[in-house]
Amino acid sequence: MDSVLYGIPVLGILFQIGGYLVAVLPTAAPTILAAATPLGFGALCGVVCERSGVVNIGIEGTMLTAAFTGWIVAIAAVAVIGPGEPGPLGVTPALIIGLVAAILSAVGVSLLHAWLSISLRVDQIISGTIINIAAIGITGYLNNVISAASPTSAGQFSAIQLPTAVTDLPLVGWLFETILNQGPITISLLVCVVVLQVLLFRSRWGLRTRAVGEHPKAAETVGIDVIRLRYRNVLIGGVFAGLGGAFLSMELSNSFQSDGVAGRGFIALAAMIVGRWTPVGAFGAALFFSLFLTLGQTINFLPPGGDLGVIVQALPAQVFSALPYIATIVVLTGLIGRSIPPAADGRPYEREATS
Amino acid sequence: MTSTSKMPRIRPGSDRIAAIRTAIVLPVVAVILAILIGSIFIYAADLIAHKGAFDFGKPLTAYAALVKGSLLGFDPIIDTLKQAAPLVLGGLAVAIGFKAGLFNIGVQGQFVMGVLGSVAVGVALSKEPVWIAMPLAVLAGTLCGAAIGGLVGVLKAFSGAHEVVTTIMLNYIAGNILAAFVSGPLRVPRAPAPITYSVGNASLPIFLGKTGHIGILIAVVAAVVIWWILYRTTLGFEIRTAGANPEAARYAGMRPRRIIILTMAIAGGLGGLAGAGELLGVTHSTQTSFATSVGFDAIAVALLARSNPLAVIPAAFLFGAMRAGAGQMQIEAGTPRELVDVLQAMILLVLVILPVFARRLSGRGGQVVPDEAQTITKSYGSESVPG
Repeated sequence: MDSVLYGIPVLGILFQIGGYLVAVLPTAAPTILAAATPLGFGALCGVVCERSGVVNIGIEGTMLTAAFTGWIVAIAAVAVIGPGEPGPLGVTPALIIGLVAAILSAVGVSLLHAWLSISLRVDQIISGTIINIAAIGITGYLNNVISAASPTSAGQFSAIQLPTAVTDLPLVGWLFETILNQGPITISLLVCVVVLQVLLFRSRWGLRTRAVGEHPKAAETVGIDVIRLRYRNVLIGGVFAGLGGAFLSMELSNSFQSDGVAGRGFIALAAMIVGRWTPVGAFGAALFFSLFLTLGQTINFLPPGGDLGVIVQALPAQVFSALPYIATIVVLTGLIGRSIPPAADGRPYEREATS
Repeated sequence: MTSTSKMPRIRPGSDRIAAIRTAIVLPVVAVILAILIGSIFIYAADLIAHKGAFDFGKPLTAYAALVKGSLLGFDPIIDTLKQAAPLVLGGLAVAIGFKAGLFNIGVQGQFVMGVLGSVAVGVALSKEPVWIAMPLAVLAGTLCGAAIGGLVGVLKAFSGAHEVVTTIMLNYIAGNILAAFVSGPLRVPRAPAPITYSVGNASLPIFLGKTGHIGILIAVVAAVVIWWILYRTTLGFEIRTAGANPEAARYAGMRPRRIIILTMAIAGGLGGLAGAGELLGVTHSTQTSFATSVGFDAIAVALLARSNPLAVIPAAFLFGAMRAGAGQMQIEAGTPRELVDVLQAMILLVLVILPVFARRLSGRGGQVVPDEAQTITKSYGSESVPG
């Protein structure tokens, strides 16, 4: 009986949380989608790698490398070709050069991971960890070297400004604003998610990737080159991680922080697991995590009222910064259903001797 | 269970000498190659800083300053030992995990929890006699580390949540917990920035020079104890069996869940002890964040030592010396101290690549990773551990 009575205030608070979310979501939605971008790209990188059987925990380091390279190459490009006039979406030639460099650097890092884990058959988690350590060390070192010249920024990509007639539409206006009032990298994520989902489940490449991830021996016997396909997928993953990294230093902000990735590469892995190794699922999970990432800020600029407000005020601010990480663990423990990885995930493939 | 894990081959006596030789030659070659690769980075920094004026002897200048700041003289050596102490404990925390087939990337968080536990108890007991305050503060730090490590073990054992992701998440959570306590209940009232009181009498006694605290001795004793546990006790045998072949361990009647939880709790305790040692021996109080690179350093130490608890001591000494000399190097040669991180990454890279080429040259092929690492990569979906 007592427990039922205690349930009433708990229910009340739950209702208040629900009401608060409904109230702030339209306002916070663009921020949530933007914050989901690096997570989403990281998760896509994880999906293409792991669907072919290569575990990649070096996403964090890959994104860090891309964020640094994009930022510094764009600055160098400004020094050489001048700042240029920003076009639509804030695009300048320097930023494009930076973006390309960011993607190339991430592909380069992924090539190292592919070589270590596919060709040399080093344990894939050790390989990923070395990549993370190396990325922190090398970007930190170079950032320190360069900071003497105190570079500032080559600017950043900016959002499309929708006419207010569209965003003020009743009910659906905020949806347009969420999806379209974004920078080019975020919009490209939406495209990538859909395209990858279709390719993975409807194309020859997708079927082969899934076959190699589930049963490489069987795939090899029907003529699929397992090694080559895994290499290709890890490099494609590098492109996604590169876009995620470039987002951090060229769209979300216009500068590079040496701790700027802040575990997003690992949260992306969790999003991939929760999304059951599918692009759309992983993106949905990324949105869920990003809700927690932005909740702390949202509560600061739109404090909830009533009992909920009192409770939120009483909690230390660190509770909200820890929320995405806590949510990741809760999700990983399987509270939201089980997800089963590709059967050959993480296992090096050794071709049987011919002749 | 990976398809690649094999039972170790039984070797005749002469192979044992060869094995010891590889265990020494490989790390030494890795360090030498990393130093050479590091020279490239030193040249690069120099070229950027001096706008293209090329100084051929720059790496020598930088490395000489590194050695001077870490080994030449009484104070530099004490500094090296102080830097090495947490690395020994952190390295052990990773190494014991490797032995059980677990990859503990959570030393950072375990360390931070150790800092929190020891500062909370240390401040509370700061006026008590040393022999009460100091051991209790050390114990509190160790237990806090063991708790967060054990939590990882419980999550892994009962839900299959992969320890690589959970430990990293807990690193961030631990940082937030420390910040919440230091800016809340542990904060010195009216201090301009959140900081705790000094631990006073709970500080570790100094036994060497002006700053050499007994945490150095604790670290060495811990290495011997962990070696003893791993190779002379039933628990150690179970840990090593579970790591080498979990299926065999279960058929032999061992309980994998219990082993996973115990191993992670011991590992967490070691990480917590490292944090307690730093707080009680060096800083005596803490701000909302505790600057340390122990998390990744510990992985490097354990890999360099090939997870041997006794080999962890010289490996930690090497990285401790690099950390201790980094400041001198930055001042004298203008080479950023982050070079140490680069060197560390290069050592690891060479360590995993070199054996492959060594085997290809000797025509032996086959599985290439160190035996402890063989069982680390497992799927991280929610597969609970049976038993």
